Amino acid sequence: MLTDACQTCPIYNESALKKLGVNTENFDFVVALAGNPNTGKSTVFNALTGLRQHTGNWPGKTVARAEGGFEYNDHNFKVVDLPGTYSLLSTSTDEEIARDFILFGQPDVTIVVVDATRLERNLNLALQILEITDRVVVALNLIDEAARHGIKVDERHLARELGVPVVPMVARRMVGVPQLLQAVEEVILGTYPTRPHRIKQQDTRLEQVIGQLVNAIETQFPSLPNARWVALRLLDGDASIEEAVRNHTLGDLARSNVIAPVGDVIPLQAVAS
Amino acid sequence: MTLDQLKPDLTATVTHLTTTGANRRRLMDLGLLPGTRVEVEMISPLGDPVAYRVRGAVIALRRKQAREIEIAVAQEEKTHAD
Repeated sequence: MLTDACQTCPIYNESALKKLGVNTENFDFVVALAGNPNTGKSTVFNALTGLRQHTGNWPGKTVARAEGGFEYNDHNFKVVDLPGTYSLLSTSTDEEIARDFILFGQPDVTIVVVDATRLERNLNLALQILEITDRVVVALNLIDEAARHGIKVDERHLARELGVPVVPMVARRMVGVPQLLQAVEEVILGTYPTRPHRIKQQDTRLEQVIGQLVNAIETQFPSLPNARWVALRLLDGDASIEEAVRNHTLGDLARSNVIAPVGDVIPLQAVAS
Repeated sequence: MTLDQLKPDLTATVTHLTTTGANRRRLMDLGLLPGTRVEVEMISPLGDPVAYRVRGAVIALRRKQAREIEIAVAQEEKTHAD
C-alpha cells in the first residue's frame, strides 16, 4: 500500500518516466544537456531517452547536438545533448554549438552535468551558465568514481551556494535519474525557486556602459533573451559575437546548427546487437 | 620562470599569464589562473607537448603555450599523497 510519503519520494515517480527515443514530436519542454567534455552528458541523455547515442571516454565525441525525447508525469520533453565545453567564452566549432544553443535556443531547463572528481574545474562552466539562465539543474555525476578517490561532495551545501538543485548521480547505473527528473520538473514548474549564484558587478562606470549597450542591442534584436551577456561579450572583444551583431545573424545562431545524428546512431546499434 | 621549464618532481604555482585574447581565455577556462597549482604529469616522447596536472585534471600543453605561463616553484619535493 502506498503512503503519502511514497508519493512524494522521487523513486515512486520513476514509473512516470516513459522513454520516447527519437520521437520528439509535440514536446512541451526542451531540456538541454551541457557540461565539460567527458562528464557523462551522453550517458544521462541515454538514461532519459532510452536511446543509445554513442558514448565514449574521449572528448569531442559529440560534435553536433543529438536530440531525443521522454515523457514524465504527462509532459513530453525534448532533450538536446550538446558537445562538451569548458566555457561559453572560447571558440571552437563544437563549443560554439553548445554556447549558441544554451544562449539563444532558450531551453526550459539546462542540465549541467559536472564530474564529481573534478568539481572545481567543472564549476567554471556551471557558473557561466548560471549567469545567463536561472533554469538550471546541476547533475553531479560520477559520484561512485569520486568515492573511490576518497571524494565526498556535500551536494546540499553546493545546491545552497549555487542556488539551483544539485542531484548526485551515477548515470551509467541509472542512480539519481528519478531525482534528476523531479528536479527538472520542479525547476520548470517553479516549485523549486532558483536563486542562481551571480558575481556582482561593482564598477558603476562599467554598469553604465553595459546599460547603454543593452538598450542598443534590445532595440536591434528585440527577441534576444540575453542582451546583457551579449553586451559583456562585445566589451570583451569577442569576434564571433561582433560578427553576428554586424550581419544581423545574432539570435539565428541557435537555429543554424540543427543536426540530429541520433538517426544515424540507431542503425549502427542494430548492427552491433 | 615559465611553465615549460618546470621539472617533473616539482610543484609550481601560476603567477601570471603573458598571453592575451582567446589564448588567455582558453588557458583560464582550463583552470590555469594565478594561484593555481601545477605539476608535470607526463612528458611525450619528443618532449612536446607535456601533460600537466591542474585542479585534479590532466591537460596537455605545447611548449609554446607553456611558455606563456609564468610560475613560481612552490616546494622542493612533490607530495606523493595520492
